[in-house]
Amino acid sequence: MSAVLFFIAAIGAITGAIGVVALRNPFYSVLALVCHLIALAALFLLLRAEFVAAAQVVVYAGAVMVLYVFVVAYVGGGDEELAGGSGLRILGPLFALALAIELCIAMLGSALKGISSHGAPYVLGFGTPKHIGTLFLTKYLFPFELASLLLMVAAIGAIVLARRRRGLEYDAEEKSDLAIRTRRPSYTGTMAEAAGVRHAVEAVEQEPDVEIAGTPAGTGRGSGSGDGGGGGQGGW
Amino acid sequence: MAIGWYLVVSALIFCIGAGGVLTRRNPLVVLLCLELMLNGANLALVAFARMHGGEDGQIFALIVMVVAACEVTVGLGLIVAIYRRQLPIDVDQLHELNG
Repeated sequence: MSAVLFFIAAIGAITGAIGVVALRNPFYSVLALVCHLIALAALFLLLRAEFVAAAQVVVYAGAVMVLYVFVVAYVGGGDEELAGGSGLRILGPLFALALAIELCIAMLGSALKGISSHGAPYVLGFGTPKHIGTLFLTKYLFPFELASLLLMVAAIGAIVLARRRRGLEYDAEEKSDLAIRTRRPSYTGTMAEAAGVRHAVEAVEQEPDVEIAGTPAGTGRGSGSGDGGGGGQGGW
Repeated sequence: MAIGWYLVVSALIFCIGAGGVLTRRNPLVVLLCLELMLNGANLALVAFARMHGGEDGQIFALIVMVVAACEVTVGLGLIVAIYRRQLPIDVDQLHELNG
């Protein structure tokens, strides 16, 4: 039974991993990674690591993947064109294949006796939150505190990196947002569009008709839309 | 199942991730492939913890997950900053640090 479960989970994990690399749309890559993570959590359960499996599903497949989906929807990566003259395109898979063969040779030639066993005997409660928590707060207290500090530094760093710099070149930024939005695939959108702060794409496309009808540029747009900063750009 | 099977799966996942990091050009997908590599290492750590009958490997795996979460937040922040500065979202064209 455990062998069947192992093969199902292993095939799921490897298929998910291949999907992440092979799919052209970043959104589908993220979804493939979610499948991969859930299959990996099943493998962790087979290895009696209950707490790690639960943390994998909750933290990775839950929180981190939501972050990924949010950024993919914001940036709207779109499909990546295949044509690339870079030599890495050929050398990369060759390197990965060589690495896989080397690792398999290392495992076959390993003198570790435990590799062919089914695992050491373990006490009752192996891998439960109680045991992991005890270890974290006694033997591994310093790495635990260090990890919490690292998380805080990363959160502050992400906020500093990704914050919107208001006041500086606001008009230029608005214009660039519009220019980028016209090239974005139709199924992606920004937070501003979702909240109704900014025009949707259709509204932008109707804009030239308004201007041809004789409205002076700059007054025809932006009335009641809420983005007062971008009201005076004649071209849009 | 013997521990060696888990190690083979973890090695395969790691190599797929490494190939993806080298071939893909969208930084979002490069980050996803980095996650794959870290997950392969995690699987090996948990498998070795099972082999030895101790929980220390699982602690390592949890710490690796924390570090991966930090890497994701900073990396996604960088991608959002790149997008805001109208630069192309393509690692081949972002080569100012190439020297």
